[in-house]
Amino acid sequence: MAQPLDRQKAKPHLAEEWVGKIYTLFCIAFLIITIISIVYFVASKGLSTFFKNHVNVLDLLTGLKWAPEGEPALFGALPFIFGSFSTSLLAAAIAAPLGFCAAVFMIEIAPKFGRQFLQPVIELLAGIPSVVYGFVGLSVIVPLFRDIFPGQGVGIAAGSIVLSIMILPTITTIATDALAALPKGLKEGSYALGATRWQTIYRIVLPTTLPALMTGIVLGIARAFGEALAVQMVIGNAPHIPSSLFESASTLTSAITLSMGNTAMGTAANNALWSLGLILMIMTFIFVFIVRWLERRSKI
Amino acid sequence: MKKTVVLLMVLTLTLALAACGQNNKGNNSGNAAPGSSEASESPASELKGSLLATGSSALQPLVDQVSKKFMDTNKGVSIQVQAGGSGQGLTQVSEGQSDIGNSDVFAEEKLDADKAAELIDHQVAVVGMAAVVNPNVAVDNLTKQQLVDIFTGKVTNWKDVGGNDQKIQIINRPSSSGTRATFEKYALGQKTEDPKGSIQEDSSGTVRKLVGETPGAIGYLALSYLNESVKTVKYEGVEATVDNIVSGTYPVWAYEHMYTKGEPNEVAKAFLDYMLSDEVQNSDVVELDYIPANQMQIKRDAQGNITK
Amino acid sequence: MKAKTVDKIATSVIIAIAALIVLVLAGLLGYILVRGLGHVSFHFLTSAPETIRKGGGIGPQLFNSIFLLVLTMIITIPIGLGAGIYMSEYAPSNKLTNAIRLVVEVLSSVPSIIVGLFGLLVLVNLFGFGFSLFSGALALTVFNLPLMVRITEQGLKGVPREQKEASLALGLSKWKTITSVMLPIAMPVILTGTILAAGRVFGEAAALLFTAGMSSPRLDFSDWNPLSPFSPLNPFRPAETLAVHIWKINSEGLAPDAGEIAAGASAVLVITVLLFNFAARWLGRYMYRKFTAIK
Repeated sequence: MAQPLDRQKAKPHLAEEWVGKIYTLFCIAFLIITIISIVYFVASKGLSTFFKNHVNVLDLLTGLKWAPEGEPALFGALPFIFGSFSTSLLAAAIAAPLGFCAAVFMIEIAPKFGRQFLQPVIELLAGIPSVVYGFVGLSVIVPLFRDIFPGQGVGIAAGSIVLSIMILPTITTIATDALAALPKGLKEGSYALGATRWQTIYRIVLPTTLPALMTGIVLGIARAFGEALAVQMVIGNAPHIPSSLFESASTLTSAITLSMGNTAMGTAANNALWSLGLILMIMTFIFVFIVRWLERRSKI
Repeated sequence: MKKTVVLLMVLTLTLALAACGQNNKGNNSGNAAPGSSEASESPASELKGSLLATGSSALQPLVDQVSKKFMDTNKGVSIQVQAGGSGQGLTQVSEGQSDIGNSDVFAEEKLDADKAAELIDHQVAVVGMAAVVNPNVAVDNLTKQQLVDIFTGKVTNWKDVGGNDQKIQIINRPSSSGTRATFEKYALGQKTEDPKGSIQEDSSGTVRKLVGETPGAIGYLALSYLNESVKTVKYEGVEATVDNIVSGTYPVWAYEHMYTKGEPNEVAKAFLDYMLSDEVQNSDVVELDYIPANQMQIKRDAQGNITK
Repeated sequence: MKAKTVDKIATSVIIAIAALIVLVLAGLLGYILVRGLGHVSFHFLTSAPETIRKGGGIGPQLFNSIFLLVLTMIITIPIGLGAGIYMSEYAPSNKLTNAIRLVVEVLSSVPSIIVGLFGLLVLVNLFGFGFSLFSGALALTVFNLPLMVRITEQGLKGVPREQKEASLALGLSKWKTITSVMLPIAMPVILTGTILAAGRVFGEAAALLFTAGMSSPRLDFSDWNPLSPFSPLNPFRPAETLAVHIWKINSEGLAPDAGEIAAGASAVLVITVLLFNFAARWLGRYMYRKFTAIK
């Protein structure tokens, strides 16, 4: 941008400029090296299950039995993959309508009250540490579900309720931004044609902001997918695909936290946990790409 | 490829270290020189050095407490006790990152045989385990076979083992857990697969909470975690008491191990000797609800063979 | 007529949902505070935890959390600022920059447990930092960095173009322009974001389980030599933070009052995070007013 100035610069300026350039380059390089080394180390550990311990990739992805220290050792991670997907998708299914309604409330119905009160409240939800969510989930939601529904209270239902509250801020914030960015003319045109507020929201606002809303939902799912401690405290952790929402189940993250400290590095049981971590990481990357794709679409 | 990445990482980290050292006005520069600052204050004691003990979270309270007493008498010694799980402790001691690896299980059960062979076992305490049930379950005694049937999912109702007509809810440990390994080995005599719907928790506190709250629940706990919120059941008619474990009539117990790689160095040896001394064994060990290892009238090896 | 009824129903549903969200939060906060606050006292905040006796406190854990936060910020802020400046001012708009942007995005979405595992493998075991504050701070830096980069970029993008160009026209170097003209203007945005990021550090547990450890050595609060192993300032000692302590005491606590301690610690943690939130909001507004108001 400032190319013509370069020639006139005095020497100390040049030195200063170089310091700045090198410093910022170093910082960005640090970031890039960090991500590369994370991918490299997690991948090298996670892949050693297949190369060193000779576990079949398909067996891991589709196997139903998880007994890495059993005889024979079995590495079926499908129950964890299933658990991760079902809890995070269900959490998003609960949080998405809530988040959209909250956004509509803030933008269309009561902007002043919404902006000054509801938005800070929802942002506070994002600030509450996940251990506290788990703690409350275990002492409130699990006993409640145990009394109301058949089963022991723990399970995918309890996990996704806790997660839905955790991801609500993500979805709401993005939905609010999308609604606020909507051109005024669109809505005014709709009102001028005699449409009610709900008709406008349903027919105009929802379809036009849909890509942005989807971005929020995918980001929410990604966050739910990676959440560990809160889920582990309420899901029950049985390595099986449950037959109901109120039956003990497992996620990728809960399996890792549960056993990582108990297994010795380099053993097959430990490597298998790293493979779960690798799956988790790959899924996160996929979510990022979906978000990118959605963002590009919403721009057009 | 691997080397370059590691090298780059080291380089950036060193630079980062240097950078934050400047910002922190030297608070953060360089590695800690353990023990050096306090060495001068203790002319009476000749022992100098530092120890790092990592591993089992079940053993950590004991080692922590004893290490504080040890450091009070030996001012030149600094001992750090870290908890990260038995597997972590064994990994780190075997790779030389820590001096002592605390473990709930024999090293042979976690590490490869050749690595385990390098480690020397110091059994510092014994921990007993008991099956516990929800207080409303009307069962006082379970035989080995009944326990096996319950934990393998063959029996799913309490009425089949002498209780009320109520569904059995298993609160188990993950298959990697040392507590589970002990329970399966000495109470069930076999490894079990997890029946569907069983809950797994790694931590004693959560197991106790869930067993106490969930109707028809069964689990197992170390003796130190027993309290009135859960009901302890007898095993084959034998109560889980210290006396029964010491005499060998109650079989469900395990050693708490402190492993060193090869012979311990002078400081580690002094600490481990102190750990096994009557002074510690009869006070701290008992106080924290472990059973002193030197009182045991029987011995057991990694394969479970018992000698009197 | 029918459309109007539908509209009324929909509006009331939306209002009901907004009320529900407020209720959930109020219930959540109320539950945590009511259960926990009764246990919080000066003694609780300052004394060391007890293993098996009643009456333990959370003093060292609270100190560890704050110290870890300071350490993390000392590492994060310079690197995050630098990277953010690069992305917003120096990066040419080409494919490489796009790729870097993607990398930052990916890094920000890596789950904290993966960061923890990476820390365990590389920082704790490979580099031999052990379970220590330093390992913990580096691990937290990993997922605070992308946030910091984004905040800095946002802040710098918000600087009016005229101000930047005026400075360049006066013959200042680009670097000087950035540091003495643009950064001060972007400060409110950056500061607010940084405080919010700091709040996240305070509540993080999953990554710290594997890096900062689950134990806290005896601290000698009269020894402020950072090289002494018992000094609270030694960054190479293991440190259990408040969030990790809640996790541990919930799961392994032997003390008879473990439940109350967990509740009390949760209350303290939530209050601290709330304070961070309010501080960020207040500071942002205050600085905004200070920078925009005419004297």
